[in-house]
Amino acid sequence: MIDLVLKLTLVLLAIAMLGLVYRLVKGPTTPDRVVALDAMGVNLVSIAAVLSMILKTSNFLDIILLIGIMAFLGTVAFAKFLEKGEIIEYDRDQ
Amino acid sequence: MTVISDVLIVLLLLAGAFFSLVAAFGVIRLPDVYTRNHAASKSATLGVMCIMLGTFVYFLVEHDLFSSRLLLGIAFFFITAPVAGHLISRAAYNSGVKMWDKSVRDDLKNKK
Repeated sequence: MIDLVLKLTLVLLAIAMLGLVYRLVKGPTTPDRVVALDAMGVNLVSIAAVLSMILKTSNFLDIILLIGIMAFLGTVAFAKFLEKGEIIEYDRDQ
Repeated sequence: MTVISDVLIVLLLLAGAFFSLVAAFGVIRLPDVYTRNHAASKSATLGVMCIMLGTFVYFLVEHDLFSSRLLLGIAFFFITAPVAGHLISRAAYNSGVKMWDKSVRDDLKNKK
């Protein structure tokens, strides 16, 4: 039963990923694309978790944590760039 | 015992996939960036937490492996996903993205 459900879950996650790719390509503004990229990172974590169950290995569980941290850092950097125009500010520039 | 855990794993996986799919459809169909962010940051977070909890139960029951990395990942997503959504939404408002035409209220308009 679990093998069938794992494959079904993988297919559903792939459909969700396709929808997010549609928004990433078409999104009228830049924050739309950032929202889509953030949700794609979260979906990628789900896909890694399901894949580690299909392959019956626990070695991908580090990758889950790594993708989560990377997605969060990328989103924060994008948000700061959109808001202030630079990511790392220097006090001496002013 | 194993039947109960199988049913639990299957339910958690299907719930997680359903929530991820709902988040994707919300991101496709909702009208402006704030409502899309609302759909993505809440529903996708719940979906990934359900799937990771299912993975945790699977490895605990089938392989006798208590994976603390998965629990850490669940806690990390629970903390950081709303923060990321808030930052994107605030950056969108401050960089001048228009709200939906039928929005009736903007509390931040007269601040500054």
